[in-house]
Amino acid sequence: MTAFPPAIKSRPVYGQLAPRPGKLHLVVADGEGAEAVANLLTQNPAMRSAAHILYTPGPTGTDLWSQIQALDAAQSFRAPTIPTLLPRLQRVLEGAQMGTQIYLTGTEGLIGQAEREVMALGFPYRDIQKEHRGSTLRRVQCVHCKGITENVATDPFACSHCGLHLFVRDHYSRRLAAFQGVNIDAEEPGNIPPPVVRFA
Amino acid sequence: MSGGVKLAVRVSHVTAVNALIKRFRFTARSGGPLPAFSGGAHVVVEMDDHGTRRLNPYSLMSDPADTSAYEISVRRDDTGRGGSLYLHNHVTPGMDMIISNPINLFALDVRARKVVMIAGGIGITPFMAQIAQLARQNRPFELHYAARSAALGAYMDRLTAAHPGRVHCYLDDQNQKIDLTRLLATQPIGTHLYVCGPKPMIDWALQTAAQMGWPKGAVHHEEFLAPGTGLPFQVHLAATDKTITVGTAQSLLEAMEAAGVDAPYMCRGGACGQCETTVLSCDGQILHRDHWLTAEDSASGQKIMPCVSRFEGKSLVIDR
Repeated sequence: MTAFPPAIKSRPVYGQLAPRPGKLHLVVADGEGAEAVANLLTQNPAMRSAAHILYTPGPTGTDLWSQIQALDAAQSFRAPTIPTLLPRLQRVLEGAQMGTQIYLTGTEGLIGQAEREVMALGFPYRDIQKEHRGSTLRRVQCVHCKGITENVATDPFACSHCGLHLFVRDHYSRRLAAFQGVNIDAEEPGNIPPPVVRFA
Repeated sequence: MSGGVKLAVRVSHVTAVNALIKRFRFTARSGGPLPAFSGGAHVVVEMDDHGTRRLNPYSLMSDPADTSAYEISVRRDDTGRGGSLYLHNHVTPGMDMIISNPINLFALDVRARKVVMIAGGIGITPFMAQIAQLARQNRPFELHYAARSAALGAYMDRLTAAHPGRVHCYLDDQNQKIDLTRLLATQPIGTHLYVCGPKPMIDWALQTAAQMGWPKGAVHHEEFLAPGTGLPFQVHLAATDKTITVGTAQSLLEAMEAAGVDAPYMCRGGACGQCETTVLSCDGQILHRDHWLTAEDSASGQKIMPCVSRFEGKSLVIDR
């Protein structure tokens, strides 16, 4: 589990994955999230025969697919990236029934985007289990051009779409699965503080 | 004033639905529309039962799109405290009454992909309004409605005719039972479950759903409790410095009101949490009858819901 400093209410908080009764355990993970999945399934081996794992390497290159394979889940799938994992998740959810438990673990980008797919079907987001593992790189939406920049490490950073220099807030949108980035030199153009690495 | 702004209404129709249930239709005395409401909302109906003030919650069953009138259906409870008997025996068309604004503690989650409703007996009423709302929005739903017999299954004909294939009726006297396990095992993800009926039915549905992995946020229920009777008891109200006696057929909330104390309330049925009151000292046992307080809060003895809960023992002091 990653420990985060206290923040505004909008910032998501994460827990620790725990088994719940269900006929299907749908697990979505990236990067170091594989370790949380391994904990869950080795401590609760009975879950394996009803577990379906979707996995992708993390944004910093962590690929623990071999750990996932070793878990002997009923079904495991490796996607090369988050954008290629999501259509598979949509397809799995399409056929899933109530009584399915949902476990998300890894980076905030993966957790947020998977949560959005689950929420879109009317499943209550408070009942989705989430555990943060690995990279804290952020997915940020520029409030000006609406473009999303993935894997933001510094604050401020330059929007990958419109080029504005953006201050990274803790203000988070579940609908967008992104943090908010706001122009830092709007009032005094050119007065841009040097970027600091805040996320890794 | 507690309970919010009231609505001055007139009874326009009283209709016997079956041997136990009557339907009451209210229109605004002003002649204009009534406030809008959503399916699942209830109103608190005020009654002056020959000197005894009664305030009972009833679900609105009419179509939420129609604000020209509100309708409630009331099951006669011959052994209750008298609210339903008063409505059945004394309320006639043309009478003026006071009701609360609609309050919804059983609202539809509009994000749901599908709605499954389980009704028992008079528990059908909130679903009547919800079904009108869902049908108009063309959203998928299923109703599973159990009653003692066809004669007591209020609105079964109307519902079945209006929504063929979506309404499923079960009659106890025909030994028909809702196959809940099968029902809950075959719903697409994102389905929400709504249950309204007698307590054993609600407990059965909540328990079965939890065991089958249905998350809390997708399972909704509503059950209004009648305050119930009990031994008389004394309470000291610390904030207003009054000592009152709660009678056998009176609730603590009603006793406070009778003593001129303006205590907060909304549902008057142990469901909404509005009347939650701090217990300052307690030498005896609080008889918790609500389903608002958590098990820990109830056990702590530091909170009481005056609309339904009672006390037995030496002394009780509450912060009111």
